[in-house]
Amino acid sequence: MTSAPDNASAAVPFVRLSSVSKRFGEAPPALDSIDGVIAGGRITGLVGPDGAGKTTLIRLMTGLMLPDQGTVEVLGYDTRRDPASIQAAIGYMPQRFGLYEDLSVQENLDLYADLRGLPLAERGRTFAELLEFTDLAPFTTRLAGKLSGGMKQKLGLACALLRKPRLLLLDEPGVGVDPISRRDLWKMVENLTAEGIGVLWSTAYLDEAEACDHVLLLNQGRLLFSGSPHEMTGRVENRVFRLSGTVGRRRERLSRLLDQEGVVDGVIQGEAIRLVMKPGLTPPSFDEASSPRAAAAQPRFEDAFVDMLGGGPGGRSQLAETQRPFTADGGRPVIEARGLTKRFGDFTAADNITFDIPRGEIFGLLGPNGAGKSTTFKMLCGLLKPTAGEGRVAGFDLRRDAAEARNRLGYMAQKFSLYGDLSVLQNLNFFAGVYGLSGLRKRERIDLMTEIFDFRGIHDMSAKDLPLGLKQRLALACAVLHEPEVLFLDEPTSGVDPITRREFWTHINGLVEKGVTVLVTTHFMDEAEYCDRISLIYRGRSIALGSPDEMKARVAGKDLPDPTMEDAFIALVQGSEAKEAA
Amino acid sequence: MWWGRLKALIVKELLAVLRDPKGRTILIGPPIIQLLVFSYAATLEVKNVDLMVLNRDNGHWSQELVQQIGGSPTFRSIRLADRPAEIRAAIDNQRVLAALEIGPTFSRDIEAGKPAEVQMILDGRRSNASQIVSGYLSRIVGALSAETPAGKRAASEAIRVEARNWFNPNLTFQWFMVPNLVASIALLIGLIVTALSVARERELGTFDQLIVSPLRTHEILIGKLIPPMMIGLFHITIYILAAVFVFGVPLRGSLLLLYGSAIFYLAAVVGLGLFISALSMTQQQAILGAFLFMVPAMLLSGFATPIENMPSWLQPVTLINPLRYFLVIVKGVFLKDIPLAEVVHQTWPLCLIAVVTLSSAAWLFRRRLE
Repeated sequence: MTSAPDNASAAVPFVRLSSVSKRFGEAPPALDSIDGVIAGGRITGLVGPDGAGKTTLIRLMTGLMLPDQGTVEVLGYDTRRDPASIQAAIGYMPQRFGLYEDLSVQENLDLYADLRGLPLAERGRTFAELLEFTDLAPFTTRLAGKLSGGMKQKLGLACALLRKPRLLLLDEPGVGVDPISRRDLWKMVENLTAEGIGVLWSTAYLDEAEACDHVLLLNQGRLLFSGSPHEMTGRVENRVFRLSGTVGRRRERLSRLLDQEGVVDGVIQGEAIRLVMKPGLTPPSFDEASSPRAAAAQPRFEDAFVDMLGGGPGGRSQLAETQRPFTADGGRPVIEARGLTKRFGDFTAADNITFDIPRGEIFGLLGPNGAGKSTTFKMLCGLLKPTAGEGRVAGFDLRRDAAEARNRLGYMAQKFSLYGDLSVLQNLNFFAGVYGLSGLRKRERIDLMTEIFDFRGIHDMSAKDLPLGLKQRLALACAVLHEPEVLFLDEPTSGVDPITRREFWTHINGLVEKGVTVLVTTHFMDEAEYCDRISLIYRGRSIALGSPDEMKARVAGKDLPDPTMEDAFIALVQGSEAKEAA
Repeated sequence: MWWGRLKALIVKELLAVLRDPKGRTILIGPPIIQLLVFSYAATLEVKNVDLMVLNRDNGHWSQELVQQIGGSPTFRSIRLADRPAEIRAAIDNQRVLAALEIGPTFSRDIEAGKPAEVQMILDGRRSNASQIVSGYLSRIVGALSAETPAGKRAASEAIRVEARNWFNPNLTFQWFMVPNLVASIALLIGLIVTALSVARERELGTFDQLIVSPLRTHEILIGKLIPPMMIGLFHITIYILAAVFVFGVPLRGSLLLLYGSAIFYLAAVVGLGLFISALSMTQQQAILGAFLFMVPAMLLSGFATPIENMPSWLQPVTLINPLRYFLVIVKGVFLKDIPLAEVVHQTWPLCLIAVVTLSSAAWLFRRRLE
């Protein structure tokens, strides 16, 4: 098995899905007649936004859940008839690690070795091998709960590999992991495929899809695509362009471009605009003197995905059009962070973070989970009291100043924290009331939101029953009901489908054009590209501050002529670690 | 302005409880169960007692005694034993609660005007019931002894006791229990609804959303305080209606006084709930915390056992228990027309408790934001 040639093992389907459907209650099917195969000796990406059905499909493969229709055959066994044989032969790493946080690394390994019935004689060697493989050897006595996100995933992987499985199912191993650990993890998994093991790697990040050998693309329970990622990006070959030289006007320009005939999709990429055109068309030329240059660009998985979904939404934001403009006032920054520091005991979550955000700018706090970006964000919007330093929003310290100051900001928390048991209209009414809207103005604003976000007809639905995209819209609507001049967005579009993400950023871009100032946290490299400037937060400190293009330029070199945001991130983190070590 | 914000919050709180199927279950299930269990099952009366008699006397008086016991509604059955060992076995296996042994010279001694003796054996494992049964049996024996020749002779000079039960002439158990339940249901619902409300928001992540909104801490607190009080008042009303129309408990006092003091009582209870809520991070912790408070609070309130019976070092603990005060008011309003002065006397400690719990909850909320 160890030296099976690629072609031979790829030909053996480890998993065969035949018109698999699964439905939960009255909701639309979670999976709708999925056909597909997963082969040994390669990494198969199960790709799709949150709620697409990835986890359900993986659970069907483990035999923990049975399909309503169709059959799932894993390693020659039917999940209906022989789930025990399947479970003995596969390794499964669920989304939330499945680790015992109050046990140490070694105790977790011991426990899983007992559960998987690993003979005592083999344990010493297996543990040593896995600890070396995952670089966890120095941490065997540390509690699993105290590990970083990346280390947790590695430990989870080690537990799944205790009895070398023939098939490894990984449910979103890249979530909550910094890009460096993510690359480590990926390399480990690649080594496994060399031994003929079949790996299923599920992800909502479309850039991860590009690295897979084979991709199953799910959207709303349907299989949109099955094949190699190159085949997928092939459909937009020669249709992707990069428009540079639109200095300072890129948002407004993008919004006009998106409404032009022939433009399938467009996003902001640093100072440039990335466009996907209909076949055979070139980007429209401009009448202005600024003379933007269009250059062909390497197609990405996401371009193809959006193209497959029929293109992105238009560039008009009705929300922004009705927004009253905020004009610059004496050049004073709207958001100021001065030496913000937060210590919890002897742990410094945020260390001396300083930046200014002028009016009408999108500023990003970029960093992996647990790096301190949420702590910084919370100190600025008044949820946490800084240990040292101060933060000001529109000239107010939000911890001390009155309700009127907070009336000027809109806040959208991670994972759309709406009131799930309240209906759409009740949520809107509540946020309108809390932000002091009443009478005619309240009615007008709610009617406007209903029209812009198309809530008519779902006014009475409970927010928790909404599909993810609509939840996202409702969260945005609630955050901007009172026309805030500052928007705080915490991981606003991670995991949502690309169309919803574009729609969201179209609104944000439009609002920014009207002078709204936006602070966004993200661990999502693509999202960072929408920002004017970003602060790269790592281990509590800001290790770089500048525009996305500047960051990329700082790390560009001979071996990396055109670095991605992720390349820039990794190089900057490694640079800062080297400096610290020196 | 602030009123608009507060109104929005109150409406939201009520909707959040009423639209959540779990929330609705909490509002309907426990109150019905509590009403049924406490008013029918958790009775302190002793009925359906099984008794064993070892009668070694063949005379008239022992027959008379057994018949009188048999005629009492308290006793379900009387088994006759032949040997003392049978009594031992029957009590040991809890087949009977009590046994009487009548000596061989019982009737003869009575006729002779000599003191006659009966031995009563009780199961000390069931101390409360035994005590009550011992009282019943003593009363029957006493009545019998008054009819004996010696008893008749002594009757003229003996003291006669005539018992009258005020407020509850027939000592109907439910007259005592159902008013108690009015107070305890408000405690249960008030605590749970409040404890869950903040913890739920923490779990959902909506609490941060509230804090960054223009609502101030005290507004959030008031917004969290009023809806559970409204729900508590609703349950109090339902229980009062049930007490009067289902259980026939007389309502002799002023409802105005009852509702007036109920507002302070609920404020104290909800304050406690908010305090628990501020301490807990998840809904599970909140529920656990609520019950951790509630069980001792019920026992230390005079709900089932009089506070005067508790040891003197424990009695001061009951002073911080809001249930203790409100129980006096509820029972007072129902069974005797409790005067305003007495209500005020019981209400000011409630006020004090509410002030303390609410301000410590507010302090804890602010501190949690650090």
